[in-house]
Amino acid sequence: MSVITAENVTFTYGKGTSFERTALSGVSFSVEEGEFLGVIGHTGSGKSTLVQMFNGLLRPTSGRILLNGKDIWEQPKKIREVRFKVGMVFQYPEHQLFEETVYKDISFGPKNKGMSEEETDKKVREAAGFVGLSEELLKKSPFELSGGEKRRAAIAGVIAMDPDVLILDEPTAGLDPLGRDALLSEIVTYHKVRKNTVLLVSHSMEDIARISDRILVMNNGRKAMLDTSENIFSQGAELEKMGLRVPQITKVMMLLKQRGISVNTGVLTVEQAFQEILSCLGCCGETKKW
Amino acid sequence: MGSFIEVKDLYFKYDDPEDENKNEFALNGINLTIEKGSFVAVVGHNGSGKSTLAKHFNSLYLPTSGDVSVNGMNTKDDSHLFDIRRSIGLVLQNPDNQIVAGIVEDDVAFGCENLGIPPKEIRKRVDDALKAVDMYEYRLHSPDKLSGGQKQRVAIAGIIAMEPECIVLDEPTAMLDPQGRDEVISAVMKLNRERGITVIIITHYMEEAVLADRVVVIDKGRVFLDGTPKEVFSQVEMLKQHRLDVPQGTELVYKLRGCGFELPKCVLDENECADAIEKLLKGVS
Repeated sequence: MSVITAENVTFTYGKGTSFERTALSGVSFSVEEGEFLGVIGHTGSGKSTLVQMFNGLLRPTSGRILLNGKDIWEQPKKIREVRFKVGMVFQYPEHQLFEETVYKDISFGPKNKGMSEEETDKKVREAAGFVGLSEELLKKSPFELSGGEKRRAAIAGVIAMDPDVLILDEPTAGLDPLGRDALLSEIVTYHKVRKNTVLLVSHSMEDIARISDRILVMNNGRKAMLDTSENIFSQGAELEKMGLRVPQITKVMMLLKQRGISVNTGVLTVEQAFQEILSCLGCCGETKKW
Repeated sequence: MGSFIEVKDLYFKYDDPEDENKNEFALNGINLTIEKGSFVAVVGHNGSGKSTLAKHFNSLYLPTSGDVSVNGMNTKDDSHLFDIRRSIGLVLQNPDNQIVAGIVEDDVAFGCENLGIPPKEIRKRVDDALKAVDMYEYRLHSPDKLSGGQKQRVAIAGIIAMEPECIVLDEPTAMLDPQGRDEVISAVMKLNRERGITVIIITHYMEEAVLADRVVVIDKGRVFLDGTPKEVFSQVEMLKQHRLDVPQGTELVYKLRGCGFELPKCVLDENECADAIEKLLKGVS
């Protein structure tokens, strides 16, 4: 079943002013329940505008956004409920920490949602567990945490609201490779355990390729592609035209193919490439023997 | 090429009474010489001390012990402060934090105006700097309407207009998309190659580090590896142990070598990697 559906969504910033600019035009697609969807596109492609539509921060100029089959703007006064169902983690979410303690900060969302003290406590601890924040840290002021811990605390604040859909906008920006891998695997684990829907916006093709079920590619405010990771990244030339880059390892395979070596260019990770080259070597080796 | 920056036995401790780790040094005895006109990448994981080191280059931080000197001027000597800051320009991670004016060319002129340079000369330098980073046609635009890569290039132009001998960039591409990253890196490389400006770039992106003449890896406040990109990135195992990545192509060749296949010791980009594997595959068949 689709959780979120965009129906012919168009959005224009500054409508009726001289700064009018169309950020989205005629975007239609569905996100399936339990799916991990990666969203990529160059800066200004409309991907951030798009994800802000899903929890009603922006209202389509025309077209509809459906959540579980219902138009989220049918009753504009109830848009707040949508924001609890669709949790949004913005870029650099640590800039939004404000409470005295990490615990209080994470509990802000669930409390606002109207959860009981007991339930809130459970959700806070659960969320902290997902992002690997220890009991000790919950008592500290958010401003005493390291950069990576702050980022985790902010993400936990959204997870604690127990949203059906979690949207993360560039959650790993500015982290080092190990910090990036750790955070991504926490998100993947969360997705597996909670079995909810996750949308991840990222500039890092390597990350998106590795963890997404499907990938949505935005270009100039339009949906350019929506397909499995392998199918998306086998179209390296088209992605490059849109100002995007394929993972370096995919690029290597594309170059080999151009030089007349028959390899699978849908390779996304070093491990896959390694196996692919080994099987090429193995098969060539055998031919030689015969 | 003479030496431009000299770092000698540099130790640095943050002076923060609330910090639990106050007995730990952020920099733990760094010795480093940066040659004039070189292009150096500094890599290391978060908290390794690489940004702390960068802030010593233009005396934003002063050593707890040891010395840093720029063109022979010790950063501890107050009387050299302006000369040092004039010769080393610093570009930070977030372009939005370093743009001050409402029009691109005003922003680029800001530094020069503060240096008291005559208006005619400023006009010339601003145009020249904007051309150097390919932003001349945007000179009358408002910076807030630019993309991240464009903003970052405006910030770099503002530094170039002051005509520093060296630019230090602290993760200048962390917030940019792949295209923005390419724009910034090629602008910086051009400045180094064509104008001989010394460039020190701090980055998490190993694909950027391989473009430098020299890669310095910082770990726990010490210089852990220092050499050409080939020398450094051939140490795949060691880098991984210290929470650092290598480019994917480099890792692939390393893994294949581990199986006993005959391949170059280190490849840096996708072309070198494809060349090596093509040779291997064709050699076998």
